[in-house]
Amino acid sequence: MPPPLLELRELAKSFGGARALRGVDFDLFAGEVHALLGENGAGKSTLIKIVTGAHQPDGGTIRIAGESVTHLTPARAHALGIACIYQQPALFPDLTVMENIALRLDAGAPLHRVDWAARRERATRLLTRIGADISPETEVRLLSMPEQQLVEIACALGAGARIVIMDEPTASLTQKEQHLLFAVVRELRASGVGIVYISHRLEEIFALADRVTVLRDGESVGTNQVSDINETVLIRMMVGREMTQIYPASESEPGDVALSLHQVGCAASGVRDVSFEVRAGEVFGLAGLVGAGRTELARILFGLTPADTGEVRLNGQVVRPGSPLEAVASGIAYVPEDRRRQGVILEMPLAHNLTMAIHRVLFPRGWLRVGTEDSLTREYIRDLAIKCTGPEALGSSLSGGNQQKVSLARWLATKPRLLILDEPTQGVDVGAKSEIHKIIRRLARTGLPVLLISSDLPEILGMSDRIGVMRGGTLAAILPGGSDAHSVMAAALGQEKGAA
Amino acid sequence: MNRYFRELSVAAALLVMLAGLALFAPGFYQPQPLLSLATREAPTLVVACGMALVIMCRQIDISVGSIFSVCGVGAGLLAAKNWPFALVLPAAVGCGALLGALNGLLIAGLRLPSIVVTLAMMVTLRQGLNLVQQGEFVNLPDGVQWFGLAQSTGQWIMVAAALGLMVALGLGLRHLVAGRMIYAIGSDAEAARLAGIRPQLGTFLVFVFMGALTGLAAFMNTVQSPQVQPLAGSGLELKVIAAVVVGGVAISGGRGNLWGTFVGLLLLACIAPALIHLHIEAYWEKAIQGTIILLAVVADSLRTRKNGS
Repeated sequence: MPPPLLELRELAKSFGGARALRGVDFDLFAGEVHALLGENGAGKSTLIKIVTGAHQPDGGTIRIAGESVTHLTPARAHALGIACIYQQPALFPDLTVMENIALRLDAGAPLHRVDWAARRERATRLLTRIGADISPETEVRLLSMPEQQLVEIACALGAGARIVIMDEPTASLTQKEQHLLFAVVRELRASGVGIVYISHRLEEIFALADRVTVLRDGESVGTNQVSDINETVLIRMMVGREMTQIYPASESEPGDVALSLHQVGCAASGVRDVSFEVRAGEVFGLAGLVGAGRTELARILFGLTPADTGEVRLNGQVVRPGSPLEAVASGIAYVPEDRRRQGVILEMPLAHNLTMAIHRVLFPRGWLRVGTEDSLTREYIRDLAIKCTGPEALGSSLSGGNQQKVSLARWLATKPRLLILDEPTQGVDVGAKSEIHKIIRRLARTGLPVLLISSDLPEILGMSDRIGVMRGGTLAAILPGGSDAHSVMAAALGQEKGAA
Repeated sequence: MNRYFRELSVAAALLVMLAGLALFAPGFYQPQPLLSLATREAPTLVVACGMALVIMCRQIDISVGSIFSVCGVGAGLLAAKNWPFALVLPAAVGCGALLGALNGLLIAGLRLPSIVVTLAMMVTLRQGLNLVQQGEFVNLPDGVQWFGLAQSTGQWIMVAAALGLMVALGLGLRHLVAGRMIYAIGSDAEAARLAGIRPQLGTFLVFVFMGALTGLAAFMNTVQSPQVQPLAGSGLELKVIAAVVVGGVAISGGRGNLWGTFVGLLLLACIAPALIHLHIEAYWEKAIQGTIILLAVVADSLRTRKNGS
């Protein structure tokens, strides 16, 4: 038997203190589709980035076709026949298909004469080989997403790729387009290419893959022949982790219904028919895979992409915010996901950041009262234990966890009637994380309804009084608090029998 | 201390230059020429204050020179018809505000890049003015220059008005919610929007204000001479942008203040007279100005890189 095309042993990688990969083994043979499966943050992206040369591993070995490779760079990976097809194709939209292919494949000699006929001929040959009916003369921006993916695959083939990595290639495809893509993948496999196939959709893995490896918390949980395994086992492999952190217990007695959504949908952001209720003092967790529509739902509630169907009621009154300003006025607070880009303004002092959403309330006459602002800021610094040198400290001088607290404080200062938290502890160290959890609990105890969006499954399980699971832009299930990881994951992945 | 490092270093450069002049060319320090210099630069200071706000908002306006010319000629034509100052002044300011509103509408409303919109505005207004005016000067009746007062009184009024306006705006920027919003919009428009601020509305208003200040400056320029030149104001945009940038307002928005802009303008404005008194060829002026601007931009980029890592 020939050596595997790709062989990874004990691969390790850390970012700062966070260990993204802790000794992963993985191999891929010629003529094989090997699926890679895992929750958000399990280490799939890091693994791909190492194989494509974007990141250097901290430890472990990489062998390609039996040869040990060190210091892999993107150019080297390309030369070794490794190609990656991303969810969002990275093509030049204003150039034609054949020019895009040529740009990938030809070494650039700026004054070299361009042989257009040869370029056209090669593009046609590659596109025909994968059965794509695309004219090489078309500009890429006129192509649909799957057609662009086919062009990417043609580039990979033209470069003589032996190892093709596909990162959620079907995420934005229709059913019909998926079948076309699957046919191409099978074609590649038959021609001896090895394919690493990453997907959250279990049915695809069963339809397409030969073997499957599950990653969890940066470790490989196991590799199995797809024919030897079923969905239930796969899900158990993905979530079977112990609770590593203690979550503060829920003490609040949920009150009356505070927030109710009735068949809310928004075509522009792909959310449809979401209905649920959140009671006063309840933490309602919103789980789901990346792209399931959780952040999109939050953006609807906050007026960023207003709903075009359905009804939202807050404390019995219909609210229909058309902008963040209107959402703030009706008492909705949204602590966004990306605190560095959407939350704290890094160049501004903490005090300025904190009062940003309450200018009208705090300074009704239009001039700033620095004393009031200062004492309010000190109050929140004390209350949320924000570590800083004082109200004048710039946003950029704070740690991630403390920036998150400032983002939270800004919204608490608005005295909200609904608090939406989007990934409140992402990229935050363990200590700050548990402090933020305690703050959330304390807020719920005061009767505030909290909508908690998180990709951190233990956090959802540990913090939520009830859990809504989203899938494909809609609410797939509502589970009681204290549900196990398995049932949440089953609902998120769309395995009906697990979603009891 | 560290926060005002940039403003202080520009001020230090200015002091070094003034000290050098005191030693080598004491002729620079004569009250009347200095007052005339200050008066000439007073309208520039007014426009520079507006430009500082625009750049803090992460925008740019290169049409101010043309707006200045249009408002100046307009004010001159009205004054030539013996309109009272009480009407000519608001007319000039209003004309500027209107043109600024047009800029703002295209930039904030249609989200077009400000450099393109104001470039188009600059060219259109300049050529439109040439077409209408055919390069002719507008002769003003007696009693318009210096409001019919003594020259030095008029000059002092002009300088005091510009300084007063700058101080008022500088304080407003620091003590009004509106000022805070400008910084927020320029630093991070998306974060500001998520905090319930309306960045597009703010940007629009800043352009209207910029236009109004340009109109005011044009009026201040008109009453300084017995006739209005249609070419007055060409190149003004570069001068004020240079002053703002040298004065430490970040071209990427959200950072800076008017005191820095003031010092930056003083530094750039003193170069030409200083060269005359030092008997250096006037051709050096632009080269020295260019070097100062380049130094300022390089200093900014080094500082941002240090903070960014």
